[in-house]
Amino acid sequence: MAIAGAILSRLLKAAITLLAIAILNFFLVHAAPGDPAAVLAGEAGAADEQMIADLRAQFGLDQPFYVQLARYVGNIVTLDLGYSFRQGQPVLELILERLPATLILTLTAFWISLVAGVALGVAASARVGKFTDTLITGTALLFYATPLYWAALMAVLVFSVQLGWLPGFGYETVGSGFGGLARALDILKHLILPALTLGLFFMAVYMRMTRASMLEVAQQDFVKTARAKGLNPATIRRRHILRNALLPVVTLAGLQAGQLVGGAVLTETVFAWPGIGRLMFESLAARDYNTILGVFLVSAAMVIVFNILTDLVYRLIDPRIGHKA
Amino acid sequence: MKLLKATTFLVAASMATGAVAQQDGGRLDLIVQPEPPSLMLGLVQNAPTQMVAGQIYEGLLRYNTDLEPQPSLAKEWSISEDGMTYTFILNEGVTWHDGEPFSSEDVIFSTKFLQDNHARFRGAFSHVESVEAPDANTIVITMKEPYGPFINAFEAGSMPIVPKHIYEGTDYATNEMNATPIGTGPYEFVEWEKGSYIHLTKNEDYYLDGLPHIDDLYYRVVPDAASRAVAFETGEVDVLPGGAVENWDVARLTEMDNVCSSSKGWEFFAPHAWMWLNNREGPTADKRFRQAVMFAMDREFVKDVVWNGFGTVPTGPVSSKTNFYTDDVPQYPYDPEKAKELLDEMGYDGTPVRLLPLPYGETWQRWAEAVKQNLGEVGVEVEIDSADVAGWNEKTANWDYDMAFTYLYQYGDPALGVARNYVESQIKKGSPWNNVEGYVNPELDALWEQAAVEPDNEKRQELYTEIQQQIVEDVPVAWLLEIEFPTIYRCNVKNLITTGIGLNDGLRDAWIEE
Repeated sequence: MAIAGAILSRLLKAAITLLAIAILNFFLVHAAPGDPAAVLAGEAGAADEQMIADLRAQFGLDQPFYVQLARYVGNIVTLDLGYSFRQGQPVLELILERLPATLILTLTAFWISLVAGVALGVAASARVGKFTDTLITGTALLFYATPLYWAALMAVLVFSVQLGWLPGFGYETVGSGFGGLARALDILKHLILPALTLGLFFMAVYMRMTRASMLEVAQQDFVKTARAKGLNPATIRRRHILRNALLPVVTLAGLQAGQLVGGAVLTETVFAWPGIGRLMFESLAARDYNTILGVFLVSAAMVIVFNILTDLVYRLIDPRIGHKA
Repeated sequence: MKLLKATTFLVAASMATGAVAQQDGGRLDLIVQPEPPSLMLGLVQNAPTQMVAGQIYEGLLRYNTDLEPQPSLAKEWSISEDGMTYTFILNEGVTWHDGEPFSSEDVIFSTKFLQDNHARFRGAFSHVESVEAPDANTIVITMKEPYGPFINAFEAGSMPIVPKHIYEGTDYATNEMNATPIGTGPYEFVEWEKGSYIHLTKNEDYYLDGLPHIDDLYYRVVPDAASRAVAFETGEVDVLPGGAVENWDVARLTEMDNVCSSSKGWEFFAPHAWMWLNNREGPTADKRFRQAVMFAMDREFVKDVVWNGFGTVPTGPVSSKTNFYTDDVPQYPYDPEKAKELLDEMGYDGTPVRLLPLPYGETWQRWAEAVKQNLGEVGVEVEIDSADVAGWNEKTANWDYDMAFTYLYQYGDPALGVARNYVESQIKKGSPWNNVEGYVNPELDALWEQAAVEPDNEKRQELYTEIQQQIVEDVPVAWLLEIEFPTIYRCNVKNLITTGIGLNDGLRDAWIEE
């Protein structure tokens, strides 16, 4: 009951926050120089006044600013993200087309980084100061410090160009006619390099966070008590230390999960991955207002949803949190 | 009537020189960069749209690399002696990709459709009095006045023929068929996986026997220039259109086995790069300053280093590839001393100037740095003022700059692609493609006008020579480079580039050797 009430109140607040974000975005996007009509006319390499005026009227840009804003707000309240005149498609359709590719990529990277990061963090903390610890911490530092863009290009050069093991870009083999399992395997092969590139950075972050947190919790009194009781060290590590050490990791994971939609622009660009990050970036360059705003709104909604989920996970790991609230 | 007649038979024969049997079949992967917003060529005419949709839609004519008209949807054409009547005889047995028959009605409809949606077409057709279809296979265009460049205005990008049965009576911009374009061209649209690729397939009912040869075309979307180079290296793609990779990668890629490159296929566009110099205010309003800029720049160095040797240093506003070019104009060799003299003479006070580079990648950035350095050497301080594409559009279109990089297409004739940048009637805020620099010269305006409607080509040449001589003296803009965009492809792809617009309509004749 308490949980349901908490969630309901959070959802209400979330809706208001989203609306505020949407309006703020509208102002921000319109503040950038240029507009979609000018960009389209510009790309045509030849334009006259009539062309630009026609396009502006078609896009509704000839209306006063407050009318455009009112229309936009009216649309999103009814869950209508509008129409992309540039691409000649409803924005929602554009986003839904690109969302699966992004989610496959970012969710894979998310789980790789979370599972591997926590496992390595636990391993390093168990052998603190020894060779294993130095090796893990050193490698993690390297991943942490390497610019994503460069790491991606190097991975392509080594594994795709030199060794020829993995495809260097794309989502699947174009025109292969694969279906079912063959297609899934094909996508998986294409997924490995971008998911690893995207995941390694966060893996390093989780690893460092878990290690530090494990060491800190290990110093606390209840762990000493457990040890004094004669419990098996492995059980102590798993049930007493890890569970308590996970809270900061969950906070961080919640933050990363919020970026699942919009956080892979660079990786998607280098690996020609047909995701939503690229849609956003290209729409921004083209000042395709409705599409940018649509992607922003979906990203913002994801951040809010994952914030709520994070709070729920806190309660699962640490039942005290629910009672305090 | 003077009859310019050419049959498809002759063209096909001339292309088969070497007498190797042309093989059918295969698949070709090409890069398209950036991803086009739409493939409906009648509505959108940006470069990537033209490159893909040029296989789907056709114009009445094509142009060879010497810019001479060739048959396309029209198999024959003639221009009356006085230049007032153009008659086109259309191919018979042509069908749209959905099976509907094509006729002169579609051509008439297209002129109306394009009148509403195609700025360049509107310009060319402002000289037209009427368009008529005496029968299903004939089109007669009557002019208001003779207009020499008109014969250059019929390729697929300038005047794509669109299907009447799909668009008549509908709202063109939101017609659902825009997503699945229907043309008469050698390839049909299959699917477009946004962000990944566009798939076209052979039109089995194409009206020219034996064409096209290739079964499937895949236009691949790869947003990063380095990844595009990798895509070619690993064999994922077979053709890199001009400009798809940065210039420094070109040498490395062309050294690979079975890789060819060609600079042909851009003659119709003849991309011409220059810096807009704001003629209205600041130091750039002084002719001597503009001349000093020309002398101060080492344009050969830029060509050799920044562009890795590709391109030609231009002599003036007209590209050497465009009709009516002359090199008999004042010259501006690299001469910093001369530049300093001119600056002293005008009493230049050291006011810094802003330079707006073109946001099209690394090459352009380096180019701006080279210009900054050259001008710094003669005492002109340059501040580089960066913007993204939309910002660049906004600033140039609203004249908020001192010097700004650009490059424009010439479309084969000075009246089509050059005059618009120098005549007073084309000073219009809001578009970056007209007389953005604000150059005013009524005497030359009269000559431009006269040259456009002069029926006699020799007289046209005289007029354009005079224009070029005067304009190069005035330096309204600083001409930088006739850009060359080499196309890189596997050598076993044959007949890839046969026209003045290259890849934009070239896949009709291309074939792959096993």
